[in-house]
Amino acid sequence: MASPPLRPRRRFRQPSVIPGFGLTLGYTLTCLSLIVLLPLAALVVRASGLGLSGIWEVATDPRVASALRVSFGISALAALTASLFGFLVAWVLTRYDFPGRRLVDAVVDLPFALPTAVAGIALASLYAPNGLVGEQLAKLGIQAAYTPVGIYIAMVFIGLPFAVRTVQPLIVEIDKEIEEASATLGAGRFHTLTRVVLPPLIPAVLTGFALAFARGVGEYGSIIFIAGNLPYVSEIAPLLIVIKLSEFDYGGACAIATIMLGISFVTLLAINLIQAWSRRRFGYV
Amino acid sequence: MSEIATDLPRQQPASVVTEGGLVRGLLIAVAIVFLALFLVLPLATVFVQAFAKGWDAYLAAFHEADAHAAIRLTLITAAIAVPFNLVFGVVASWAIAKFEFRGKNLLITLIDLPFSVSPVVSGLIYVLVFGSQGLIGPWLIEHDIQIIFAVPGIVLATIFVTFPFVARQLIPLMQEQGTAEEEAALTLGASGWHAFRTVTLPNIRWGLLYSVLLCNARAMGEFGAVSVVSGHIRGLTNTLPLHVEILYNEYNFVASFAVASLLAGLALVTLGLKSLLEWRYAGDIAASGRRH
Repeated sequence: MASPPLRPRRRFRQPSVIPGFGLTLGYTLTCLSLIVLLPLAALVVRASGLGLSGIWEVATDPRVASALRVSFGISALAALTASLFGFLVAWVLTRYDFPGRRLVDAVVDLPFALPTAVAGIALASLYAPNGLVGEQLAKLGIQAAYTPVGIYIAMVFIGLPFAVRTVQPLIVEIDKEIEEASATLGAGRFHTLTRVVLPPLIPAVLTGFALAFARGVGEYGSIIFIAGNLPYVSEIAPLLIVIKLSEFDYGGACAIATIMLGISFVTLLAINLIQAWSRRRFGYV
Repeated sequence: MSEIATDLPRQQPASVVTEGGLVRGLLIAVAIVFLALFLVLPLATVFVQAFAKGWDAYLAAFHEADAHAAIRLTLITAAIAVPFNLVFGVVASWAIAKFEFRGKNLLITLIDLPFSVSPVVSGLIYVLVFGSQGLIGPWLIEHDIQIIFAVPGIVLATIFVTFPFVARQLIPLMQEQGTAEEEAALTLGASGWHAFRTVTLPNIRWGLLYSVLLCNARAMGEFGAVSVVSGHIRGLTNTLPLHVEILYNEYNFVASFAVASLLAGLALVTLGLKSLLEWRYAGDIAASGRRH
């Protein structure tokens, strides 16, 4: 009689009494493939048809290069702003009690809920030279709408909730005893904040920055109305994809999309590395 | 800041874990002014501009065949995309949360993928598949099926951008709830479907509602992806956000903001319900982490 092998075979899945694994996983994979993976594969196929040299050629076209610079450069600035103020907002919302706190907390998610086109026309009319804010800025000699400044404002708007919501849960988790310990050991409040409270929050702030940055780079609806879309000055990369498509230049559109996707994946990878590092360093994400 | 805090012989014992009153007030003020300027002011502008020429001008924006068509198309799109993603989200989280199998993290990452793709690129990939120069474009033309610049393309692009909403909310929630309750139901003789309906579904209902709410808001408000596949044919392939864009570009600001106010109202209702759910059912919506 042959005895069963001693070492258990590495299984694809662990046994369970719960039914429906095959059915649900099959359905999940089918939907995922049809809706997400196949269309994305079409982009990869198309882009690989261009070859690296073809993509490089598009990327170094002056108009494309300038649009990529505008998208990535301004998005980085906007994400930085969103991270700074996002941290402040998250801190105020979790640490201080004041009337209307819950309302303020709800307002933070507005850019998630408000359709981008609506935000776009609202920002454009506010910051236009005859708009409510634009008029004041014009007196200071700043033209916001239809310039890169407008793009920056729109990107701060859509990036802010990412910055707040990634940091907020971690501020809630901070153990106040550590702060008390720091205070009893003679540290001033400023010292406690910069040496004890803030360092463990850095990974979350970086993650929020990366998310806001990625969102800003890809954003379209809230930017095109306020940007003015002047080639070489205030034209963003997603708009250039739309323009290439309307000219039936599929290759050019694919090349720009591939570059943007490539940089987004690097950003995502960076987030994962930050979180892995954070898990090692602080024991949580 | 340090002077205030190092001033140790203060009366209130709580003062060692918070900032001085002046600093606190200042920070609160800065945060509120910033949010008011950057978030609330644009929202208020929508309504101010919509009513700039009074009620009649506002209402006139809706007494128009194109506006009706846009509203209808937006409702149809959401009515297909949201249930599709609801079913997908529940099924996917059942597979992922209730079983242990290899490659699970990869699967979760792939489901999340649409969130990290630019809306414009989301539209582009469907043009590459179904467009006249696309992978199966020639076949579609031969069989007289139109997807791009037609309603099916708009629905597909909307499904794509809202794909992760329900799944990513439910997966951690169901993972945290574990399988013990379902196992108990099954031991007591319930069928798998029965266990799902009477045990799992009640456990996830608030999380489900929460995610459907957000999914719907995005489905009705999506602009970039839909704009690429729609072709902007008035009365036929215009959703509400696209209608807003067309009116705005025609300098018909009152009508544009009037239609936009409809979407802004939807956003406000979504935010209100979302906050209500977070407040009442915090523990039942999400796996631990956010608790406010």
